[in-house]
Amino acid sequence: MKRVYFDHSATSRVLPEVFEAMAPFYTERFGNASSLHSFGREAKASMEHARKHLAALINAGPEEIIFTSGGTEADNLAVKGVAGYKGRSKGHILTTCIEHHAILESCAHMKRLGFDFTELPVSRDGIVDVGEAEKAMREDTVLVSVMAANNEIGTIQPIRQIGALAQSRGIPFHTDAVQAIGKMAIDVKKDNIDLLALSGHKFHGPKGIGALYIRKGTKIEPQIHGGGHERGLRSSTENVPGIVGLGKAAEIAKRDFDATTATMRGLRDRIIQSIPELVPRAYLNGHRTERLVNNANFRFDFIEGEALMLQLDMKGIAVSTGSACSTGSLEPSHVLMALGLKHEQAHGNLRLTLGRENTYEEVDRFLEVLPGVVSKLREISPFSEARTTGAREGGSCVQ
Amino acid sequence: MYSEKVMDHFANPRNVGEIPDADGIGKVGNPQCGDVMWLYIKVKDDIITDIKFKTFGCGAAIATSSMITELARGKTLEEAKKISRQDVATSLDGLPPQKMHCSNLASDALREAIKDYEAKKAAKA
Repeated sequence: MKRVYFDHSATSRVLPEVFEAMAPFYTERFGNASSLHSFGREAKASMEHARKHLAALINAGPEEIIFTSGGTEADNLAVKGVAGYKGRSKGHILTTCIEHHAILESCAHMKRLGFDFTELPVSRDGIVDVGEAEKAMREDTVLVSVMAANNEIGTIQPIRQIGALAQSRGIPFHTDAVQAIGKMAIDVKKDNIDLLALSGHKFHGPKGIGALYIRKGTKIEPQIHGGGHERGLRSSTENVPGIVGLGKAAEIAKRDFDATTATMRGLRDRIIQSIPELVPRAYLNGHRTERLVNNANFRFDFIEGEALMLQLDMKGIAVSTGSACSTGSLEPSHVLMALGLKHEQAHGNLRLTLGRENTYEEVDRFLEVLPGVVSKLREISPFSEARTTGAREGGSCVQ
Repeated sequence: MYSEKVMDHFANPRNVGEIPDADGIGKVGNPQCGDVMWLYIKVKDDIITDIKFKTFGCGAAIATSSMITELARGKTLEEAKKISRQDVATSLDGLPPQKMHCSNLASDALREAIKDYEAKKAAKA
């Protein structure tokens, strides 16, 4: 059985072109980019070439790119490095309630150190309100951090407007663009971005490499100290093969942007249109159009997301879910709860994230399999249309 | 993360359904928590002669429901009451640690069904 992969927001395949570009840097051109001999010089040159490609993707200058181990480290550096600049120990950070844990946990860490932070709410469509963001900016706000697009429901946030508001107050504006890169156009100048986090493996680059864009002049404190690599902002011998792969992935993302986003949008729209036609009581989570071209997120009444994911997996279709059971916690995803869904609605959730290599045939196979799988689980479920009211009144959680 | 036995019971759950003239019904869990089990039993001469379930929940919730029906069928009420959460998990070749807590409600559902049967019987007497 040929497997179908619809989980590109978890990770994506390293493209052959990327892999080929990386390979020599593990074997023949293995030099340390800090070395002055020829081995080091060729590593350094390739790294700088990659930096240019990555910078070009977001309209930044190469000197504004700091390579990190991934999106999480980039987010950590942005939040802790800007808020905690030169030992600052208090102030206010403004963010949203649908951020990735890399942001929320970094903010929670800063709170333990004496900072204050506010999480902006989102509409039922999963989008932050610009007016609310403006109202929440304070005299002592030291950083505003709003993701470009959400990882679970794919909703695109009004970063350009919020960035403008932050910058007009002299507050640095950070955006977590880990899911956005390669799926929507981002221009750090037009979009008023001071810091931007990205991750290689989300757009067909390798795992273990990411970057933080830091606008020239932004005050930031390093979080990893050592030999002074990356302009002193991120010490550690550079992951040259990873950087070369990230650069190649960025080059390809820019080169193929129009074609790949058109493909993904077409597949996404077929899924979003077809599911409610094929399955009763299935609902789209997140805004219909203000969402990433590759994201479809649905909830299904009366059934639980992990069970649905496992059933699809048995049919060779890989998807993901934000249900509590998938995360090992008792709480469903904080993003779905932020939409104002009831717990039981948030449990029955399915995320499909497409990639540039997915096809209509794969989408059609999924659409063929889905109704049967949902029916099977609904037959096992004690809930049904007729019973909804009574069955959904519950007491406390039995454990 | 799941054993083959869990996946087998999840993919092919045994004894799914309702018993319209059940002698006892046990309902446990809460939709808010993501796991709800309804268990139906028929009892004759203190022996569980038929047992069926309906479950809303994850893979582990469905597999434990299916397993308890196999463990309890043909048992006396006293034997059935002794089936523990651990017994259900062991019969499935184990459950992931985080599932032991939230999704392993089947033995509770069985005890509730027996309690319901006993209460009805006492009311009749």
